[in-house]
Amino acid sequence: MKRFLSGDEALAEGVRLARSQVISAYPITPQTVVVERLSEMVESGQLEAEYIHVESEHSALSAAMGASATGARTFTATSSQGLLYMAEVLTYAAGGRFPIVMMNANRATALPWNIYGDQRDSLALLDHGWIQVYAQDNQEALDLALMAYAIAEDPRVSTPFMVNLDGFALTHTYENVDVPEPEQADAFLPPYQTSNCFDFEHPVNMGYSAGPEFNRYFKYEAHRAMLGAVEVIAEVEQRFADVFGRRYPGLIEAYRTEDADVVLVTLGSIAGLARACVDERRAAGQRVGLVRIRYMRPFPARELACALAGAKAVGVLEKDISFGAEGTVFTNVNSALQQAALPVPTLNFIGGLGGDDISLDQMERVFATLENVSRETSRVVFLGVNDAGLGETAPRAAQPAASSRSAQPAASPRAAQPVPANPAPAEANDAEGRR
Amino acid sequence: MAAKVNARTITDDELFFGHKACAGCGGSLAVRAALKVLGPRAICALPAGCMSAVGFNFPQLCFANNAIITPFAATAAVLSGIEAGLRAQGKKPEDCTVVGFAGDGGTADIGLQALSGAIDRNDDILYICYDNEAYMNTGIQKSSLTPFGAKTTTTPAGKNAHGCLTQKKSLFEIVAAHGIPYAATASIGYLPDFMGKVQKAASIRGAKYLHVIAPCPTGWGCGVDETVEIAKEVVDCGLWYLAEYEGPQVSGVPGGKFTLNRDPKEFTSVAAYLRRQGRFRALSDEEVASVEQGRDEKWRYLRSL
Repeated sequence: MKRFLSGDEALAEGVRLARSQVISAYPITPQTVVVERLSEMVESGQLEAEYIHVESEHSALSAAMGASATGARTFTATSSQGLLYMAEVLTYAAGGRFPIVMMNANRATALPWNIYGDQRDSLALLDHGWIQVYAQDNQEALDLALMAYAIAEDPRVSTPFMVNLDGFALTHTYENVDVPEPEQADAFLPPYQTSNCFDFEHPVNMGYSAGPEFNRYFKYEAHRAMLGAVEVIAEVEQRFADVFGRRYPGLIEAYRTEDADVVLVTLGSIAGLARACVDERRAAGQRVGLVRIRYMRPFPARELACALAGAKAVGVLEKDISFGAEGTVFTNVNSALQQAALPVPTLNFIGGLGGDDISLDQMERVFATLENVSRETSRVVFLGVNDAGLGETAPRAAQPAASSRSAQPAASPRAAQPVPANPAPAEANDAEGRR
Repeated sequence: MAAKVNARTITDDELFFGHKACAGCGGSLAVRAALKVLGPRAICALPAGCMSAVGFNFPQLCFANNAIITPFAATAAVLSGIEAGLRAQGKKPEDCTVVGFAGDGGTADIGLQALSGAIDRNDDILYICYDNEAYMNTGIQKSSLTPFGAKTTTTPAGKNAHGCLTQKKSLFEIVAAHGIPYAATASIGYLPDFMGKVQKAASIRGAKYLHVIAPCPTGWGCGVDETVEIAKEVVDCGLWYLAEYEGPQVSGVPGGKFTLNRDPKEFTSVAAYLRRQGRFRALSDEEVASVEQGRDEKWRYLRSL
């Protein structure tokens, strides 16, 4: 049935259809709608689940872990500081191989305090042993809630699963979403069966400690399971297509990359704008393409290498920065290219931080820059900050008033923290190393 | 309720054995005795701390019942999750107690928030704090249940300070203030009293909290054969007390009901209790007197409840 749903609501519908048995969550903007809808579903009996009103995110994931250890299907949801607050428990859940599903509303991290979307929260936690997927739209959000359990609970994987939705851009934006019937969902997703749980007949000790002589084996097993998830993801997506008629493309979604000279790699909802831009430039005769990374873990190194093999320039656009280095997605993509011995020039575009809009004009300039990449181009570009002259040499649409976007917030006389400097002059690029 | 557990009726079955706790460990005695009462259907959750450090070393795992290590701050939250998970699947046996064993730091410091949350939800769990009055697993650092005057590695006894400068947090009262169905204090020096309280707690639905004093010869500076004796003496001299709180839903009393299980007419010597332990060695006679004065104030309060 088609319904007009926000991303948060669509995700909640997916959790209902997955028949999650225990939900423990703590509210944080922009995740709140998910837990509100789930509370209503539990209250009305639409969803037969225990809802634990925990007093913190740390407890939210800890309670989910306890419930998962009894063999229950569990769900939690958070965002930003909440995700960071539960970071300790991420490693417990992953190390204990508990297939908990979590929705994370991608949001900026403090300071400065900011409730709007970017991806620094989850990308900062790539190494904590969770599968990480990034949705592009609300239909995918709902579908991922179902597929997440199928993948995470597969005995070959048995690894927790984080579904990321761009804060506000997805969580609070309404779209038409096809909500499957429960019978369909049940046919796709059977109840959770596991031996990784307490057993009254044969008691088990879980979550033990393991010294240096054993630790490496546990870690190797977790690594292998995550790599093994690649195969399971493909199987689950095939089964999903068989049941629901919607097909997902695996770890990455490649768009018009076959003969592309220039490919932009990005993730999340901004891929929609990038796709529109690719179509425009293709119509104008430019050979450009797009890769949307869906799964950051397991990382699609092989898939990226295939999609980028013919490119003469590759850009990575991400809502994240690892200070003093570069965007984390960029680092990962470069590693994949290096492993595949593809010596293609790469540029990193940092945008959308703290909910900042990425305009069509900026997107066009990103592509124009890639089409004319030279040694003078700064390797790490902050859109709207040090992008002066970016893409100037390429044919461009008329510059709209959006250029005012580069205006900086006025320095408040009462701000105790250093306020942003005036628009960075082009010389500032030197600090980041040119190509 | 089953027949009262005592020296004659207690089972010979062991559920916590083969661990590597220090000689004379009071905490391991508390866990062992509690599990004898709760039986093999108990599911244990233990945070970082002595009992998880000595009992969960793969491949030598020391719980014969179901058990799990939790994040340090999350004992109560994991207990809630276990209980909810069992209930959601309709597979919680009648004789299954979901029980946590956490130390004083894991309870009164880093775990207090999660404990408060679980009591607020009134989840059907039993939380047992084994109180050895410092972070013993990491090598004797001060917690908020370390008593005044105790030397720890972070409250050294020197020229300017003679050990811990703060008073022991009144955790039992803090827990009771939640209106919890059942809370009690105990000491491993009075084992029948402790086991009786474990048994009583297991018979009550909702959140339960037990606070059991469990001396640590390594951290307290006493002989390994003195654990039980000291655990008795701390009660006899009045620096610890045996009490119960039954919340309104259990006692029928608005605001709940406090009961002092032992109200000695005369206390044994505080000085003798302190002076036999290495951790109080630096205390002056005046400081010992102030500890005694604090005891008398505490008892005036306890007797007024």
